[in-house]
This record gives sequence, C-alpha cells and structure tokens, in this order.
Amino acid sequence: MVFLNDPINFISGWIRGLLTGWGLTESLATLIIYLIGITVLIVFAMILDVMLVWVERKVVARFQDRLGPNRIGPFGLIQPFADIIKMVIKEDITPAGADRIVYNIAPVLAATSVILLWAILPLASSIYGVDLNVGLLYIVAAGSLGTLAIIMAGWSSNNKYALLGAFRMVANMISYEIPMVIILLVPTILADTMSIKGITQAQSGMWFAILSPLAFIIFLISAIAELGRSPFDLNEAESEIVSGFNVEYSGMKFGWFYAGELLHAFTFGGFIAVLFFGGYGGFFGLEKISLFSWLNNPFVQAVVFIAKAMFGYWVIMWIKYSMPRIRIDHMLAFNWKFLTPLALVVLVNTAILSKVLIDLPTWGYALCMFFSNIIIGFITIEILRSYGRKQRKANESTSPQVAQN
Amino acid sequence: MSIPLSWYLILAAALFCIGLFGVLSRKNAIAILLGIELMLNAVNINLVAFWRYLDPAQMAGQVFAVIVFAVAAAEVAVGLALVISVYRRHHTVVADEIDLMKW
Amino acid sequence: MTVEQIIFILTGALILGSALMVVTTRKLIQAALWLVSALFGVTILYAILQANFLAVVQVVVYIGAIAVLFIFTVMLTRKDLRDQNSQTRSNWWIAAVLGGLVLTGLIFIILSQPAFSRTAEAIPAGVDTLRNLGTALVSPDAYVLPFEAASVLLLAALVGAVYIASRTGEEK
Repeated sequence: MVFLNDPINFISGWIRGLLTGWGLTESLATLIIYLIGITVLIVFAMILDVMLVWVERKVVARFQDRLGPNRIGPFGLIQPFADIIKMVIKEDITPAGADRIVYNIAPVLAATSVILLWAILPLASSIYGVDLNVGLLYIVAAGSLGTLAIIMAGWSSNNKYALLGAFRMVANMISYEIPMVIILLVPTILADTMSIKGITQAQSGMWFAILSPLAFIIFLISAIAELGRSPFDLNEAESEIVSGFNVEYSGMKFGWFYAGELLHAFTFGGFIAVLFFGGYGGFFGLEKISLFSWLNNPFVQAVVFIAKAMFGYWVIMWIKYSMPRIRIDHMLAFNWKFLTPLALVVLVNTAILSKVLIDLPTWGYALCMFFSNIIIGFITIEILRSYGRKQRKANESTSPQVAQN
Repeated sequence: MSIPLSWYLILAAALFCIGLFGVLSRKNAIAILLGIELMLNAVNINLVAFWRYLDPAQMAGQVFAVIVFAVAAAEVAVGLALVISVYRRHHTVVADEIDLMKW
Repeated sequence: MTVEQIIFILTGALILGSALMVVTTRKLIQAALWLVSALFGVTILYAILQANFLAVVQVVVYIGAIAVLFIFTVMLTRKDLRDQNSQTRSNWWIAAVLGGLVLTGLIFIILSQPAFSRTAEAIPAGVDTLRNLGTALVSPDAYVLPFEAASVLLLAALVGAVYIASRTGEEK
C-alpha cells in the first residue's frame, strides 16, 4: 500500500499499528481511527468553507464589474479571516422571550446538516467517508434536517417577521424537495444503484448530463431552491421582510448560518459534479489506455473532483448574481405546476428508454437518450408558448376597454 | 451483533407504553397525535427487529414497515388537517371541549 | 460490554428520554422538537439493524415531513404565546398505572420466551437487501397489492387533507 496509490488506507493502517503497538484492543483502535477520520473530514469541510467566503466575494465582484477585496493580503486572501474575527468579536444577543435552547441549537443544526453531506461525497475512488448503498436518499434526508433548523430559528426568535420568513422559506424548501427526489431517481435508473460511488463508476463511459440534460437542469433548479439562494432567496433578501428568519441572530450564530449556506452551495456543486458530470472519474474510457493510467491516481481524481465541484458552484453563483428574485407565489406555482410534472415525464422517459435501448452500444444509447430529452424540452417549450399566447390574447382583449376611458 | 432480540422488544414495548400514556393523559389534540406517532414508531422498531433477527433474506418485515410509514404519514396529514379545521370553527384544540356531539 | 451494546444503550436512553419529554412537557413546540429527537434515535436503531433504506426514509418522512407538519400545526392553533396551563388531564395517574401494567405484562411475555434471547446472525453474503426490498414491493407474487393500496391511501389522504384544511367555502 504505497502512500501515493491509496493514501487513506495507508495512513489508517499506520495508525492502527501504532495504537495496537501501545496495547489497545482492535475494536478500540478502530473506534479511535473512525473518530480521527470524522474530525479530519469536518476540519477539511470547514477550511474549505472559509476559502469559499473569499471565492464568493471575488466572483460576485467580477460579475458586478468591480474588483472585490484586494487590500488585505495578496488578492484579498486574508479577507475571510478578517470576516471571521469581526463576527466572533460581535456582541452575542439573545432576544427577550426567545426560547434559549432552541435559539442556540438552530444555527448549529443548520451547519451540521451540511457537514453531514460530506460523509458520502467521494473525493477519489479511495478517499471518501462511507459508501452508503442509499447515498442519494441520504442527500434528501440531510436537506430535511436543514428545513427543521430554519423553523427552529424562525420560531425561537420570538419575532413575527422572523416567523413569517421561516414559514415562507420552509414552504419553499419542502416544495422543491419533490422534483429533487424525482430527478434523483434518474441517475439511480441510469446507474442501477443508489450509492454515490456506484453512480460515479457508472459514468466512466458517458456522463449522465449528456444522457439526460433535462434531469441536470431540473436538479440544478431544485438544488438552488433547496439552498435558498437567489433567485429563490426570499428569506434572506435584505429588502424583504426585514431579512427573514435570521434577523435576530448576531455575531457567530449568524456566521454559522452564512457559512453553512456557502458550504451547502459548494456541496451541491459537488453533488452536481458527482451525479451528472462523472465526479472524480468520467474520462470516457480514457483511463484504460496505459498512457493515461495516471488518471486512476487518487490525488489526480481529487483534483478533478474539486475542479468539477468548483465549476458547479460557479454555475450556481452565476445564476445567483444574474437573475432577479422570484415572488413566493410564483415560486410555488413554478414548482407544482411546471417542475414536478416535467420531472415525472423525464423520469418515465428515462425509465422506459433505458430498458428499451439496453442493447445499443454506448454512443447510440447516449444519442437516443439525448434526443429524447431534446424532444421533451421542445414539446414543453411549445406548450409554454401556446399558454403564453393565450394569456397575451386575454390581456389584450381586456386592456383596450380600459384604455378608452 | 451481540445484542439479543429481547432488548429491542423491551425498548419497543417501553416506547409503546410511553406513547399510550401520552394519548390517555394529554388534553391537547395535537399532543394526543404525538403519542400516536410514538406508538407507531414502537411498532416499526418491533417489525424491523424481527426482520433482522429471524430471516433477513425475506422482505416481509421491511415491506410491512414501509407500509406503516405510508399509513402513519397519511394519518398525521388528515388528523392535523382536521385539528386545524376544528380550531377554525371552535377556537380550541383541547379534546375535552370539542363535545358538540355528546348527549 | 461490547461497543455495539454501549451504542444501543445510549440510543435507547435517547429514545426513551425524548419520548418521556414529549408526553410530559408543557410547551407544545418543545414536545414536537423532543419528538424529532426520539425519531432520530429510532433512525440510529434502524442503522444498527442494518436497515439502511428504512433509516434514511425515517429521516425524510418522519422528521422532514411529519415533524414539520406538527410544528406548523402547533404554530397555527395557538391562542396565546405562552403555555402556562398544565397540559395533562387531572386523571393522568390512571393512564400511568395502565401504561405501567401494559409494560410489565409485555416485558414478562418477552422475557419468558427463550427464543427471544437469540443474537443476530450476519446477513448472508450476496443478499442485497435494498434490491430485494425493491423487487418485493413491485413483484406480483410478493407485495405489489399492498404497495398499490398504500399509494391509493396516500392519494386519498392528500386530497382529503387539502380539502379539509382549505378555507374556500368557509364563512369567515
């Protein structure tokens, strides 16, 4: 087990030898190794979170045609630490009448629900927390915990605006879980497994984003809605009801919400990379050629994964900083009247075609699935256009009567 | 696996009895529904424990548990909708005060 | 005391402690949150029993949907913001006695059966419980009929809940 080929097993074997050499039993040594692994994973996620603050501020600045932080440290790299220090030294206020325990647990639960997702995200074929055979459902489960944290925050602030903001945010999140779960079944069908590693390995021939681009788009939209990012960010918009459920939070507790949201966005960028763009693999069979066998190295795979996750995160940021906010009733109508039926159609289409076309070679299979998605998209756009035409005609027939007075 | 089956069954029995106590002794209709949820969870623990300890290759235990999940979700949805509807009419959710149909 | 037994005892303490708080606390919101904690303990129990799918579905369905429903309903049906009155009926001791009797009876039955003190054998290798569950739910000589009946039940519950809780047609 050379370190370069299998780092995690090498290190854990070395620690296990060390601990049993000191006289500990086998099971206790395993428990300590698990605890060390969990700590390392959490520390990695949190350090990544800190760097994401810098990435976010630089990218939003470039989208808005300005420079972003560039005074503190080279290229503003020390800026996140300045932000953290500012948040930590702020006064920690608990509003009068607030439910103390719930008020304090809510930000921790919000951040925990994101870190839990890092347990199943594989950075390489041998660097991952655990390979659950129900990995996709685990993503939805961690999202449900986030929903709970928001209700707790809105309720315990003892503030009716926070409560209203929390209600709207939770209605948003639980509504958009439905198309997300339906679309998560598409990679399951295409890969014949729910485990994240299995899905990544099934994409070594062809990315699922090519096999089903509509599924990718619907997952992107419902993921952005789950995250509570713009254009679905009614809860935290500064111009909406006093900035929503986290209005009563100050200092580091607000910092937990903020950092949790950034990490959540990056984690979902990682999941988009894993579910639709091949994750740490997806080299179209290139790694089987002996010239490219270095593509199987775990460190190369980790770099590839982080690059794809950064790309997914960049797409999410791009959408955030280019689109205006959507009103809550439009948001919910969009979900129930458009996204959920479309997701069901895509699912049924993928399920039927993946069994009918099972004998075709990879390129024929990919071409047929891609074109079936294009056809569904075309039909959807035609339906929307005819609906829009009817609406415009109805508006025109009423407005001339108004204009004549 | 060094945990005997009886431990799971005793845990489920204790949870069931706590839920029973909650149903019988609480005033608020929503608190009664909370007790019912605890009882349903106790039943599910029993089903899954028996599935695991007797024959994990047979799926009857897990299927039963999945159907119980669906039934519990449906029951809570309708039950809470009824509670909200009753609250809008009578402005109370205390179970004793909803007595229009008593003789 | 193996590690598994310690984890089981801790999880059992979490479940039973949270359940007791659910049925005795005065503030209803805290009761709903203690229910979340009890349900999370049950999730850990399912994970110990190697029923992964059920553990994750428990979080998604119970914690993510049912507990959220409870919290929303408590918030929508309160007349004043503080729960000062006792939430327990005056004859709660009868319920406690009854619960104690049922518990004693059940424990007696469980401990008197020697078959219940077996420990679990490992799941035979090659048995993919997740795939078997999926096949059992949709194959005609297994459980497709209860599956379809459950889906009709959910549809009826969906329509019924939306209709009962809607305001249209109510005099306001």
